[in-house]
Amino acid sequence: MPRSRTLKLGAIAAAAGVFSGLFGVGGGTVMVPLFILWLGYEEREAAGTSLAAIVIIAGAAVIVQLIYGNVHVGDGLLVGVPAVGGVVAGTWLQQRVPRRKLQILFALLLLASAVKLVIG
Amino acid sequence: MSLGAIAIGFVAGAIAGMFGVGGGVVFVPGLVILLGLDQVDAEATSLLAIVPVAIVGAYRQSGYGNLRLREGLLVGALAVPFAALGVVIVNAIPERAIELGFAALIVYVAIGLLRSDAPRE
Repeated sequence: MPRSRTLKLGAIAAAAGVFSGLFGVGGGTVMVPLFILWLGYEEREAAGTSLAAIVIIAGAAVIVQLIYGNVHVGDGLLVGVPAVGGVVAGTWLQQRVPRRKLQILFALLLLASAVKLVIG
Repeated sequence: MSLGAIAIGFVAGAIAGMFGVGGGVVFVPGLVILLGLDQVDAEATSLLAIVPVAIVGAYRQSGYGNLRLREGLLVGALAVPFAALGVVIVNAIPERAIELGFAALIVYVAIGLLRSDAPRE
């Protein structure tokens, strides 16, 4: 692998890692656009590859959070395991529902959550 | 409480599957607003919930030929110390700052969804 490519992968890793640890997310928000812009990935490749990285990144971050005693293990499993079924359902639904309307609904839900987080 | 958690998980997963966004942007606010966790605990718990979703997602994507495994694993491995650093920072700074930062993140994701047909987390 050329040195410049390895350096770009390292920079993406550094940004995604800090982002994941800070915000409790996988870091795809950071990785996917950088894979596309810097490494010439196609959109689907970027998303697929970011998932493999996320397994390791979220796995590492959660171990450190476990050491701090912040992880509600029962809740995490109760959320994470049904989510796997949700992903399968979502992929199936994608072909069968008005995607754009749901997208707008989801965006509004996120904005409402942001307001709720800010005002407490 | 358990039913609430299961509902958050299923809905978050469905959204992730439909829009290609990760689970974290739904897990964290769901855990804060519906289950009453504080911000840092919600983030920590979200990280645990993300792992099975990402494992299954990566497996499925590899089936479609969308996974560059070597580079994905390399990025993951290189990210480990930085993820640890992020967790150390989040446990050291005021929780209010994290709440505001996270709110900014989900506003950014929401704007991406409104503007684009190919959103991503």
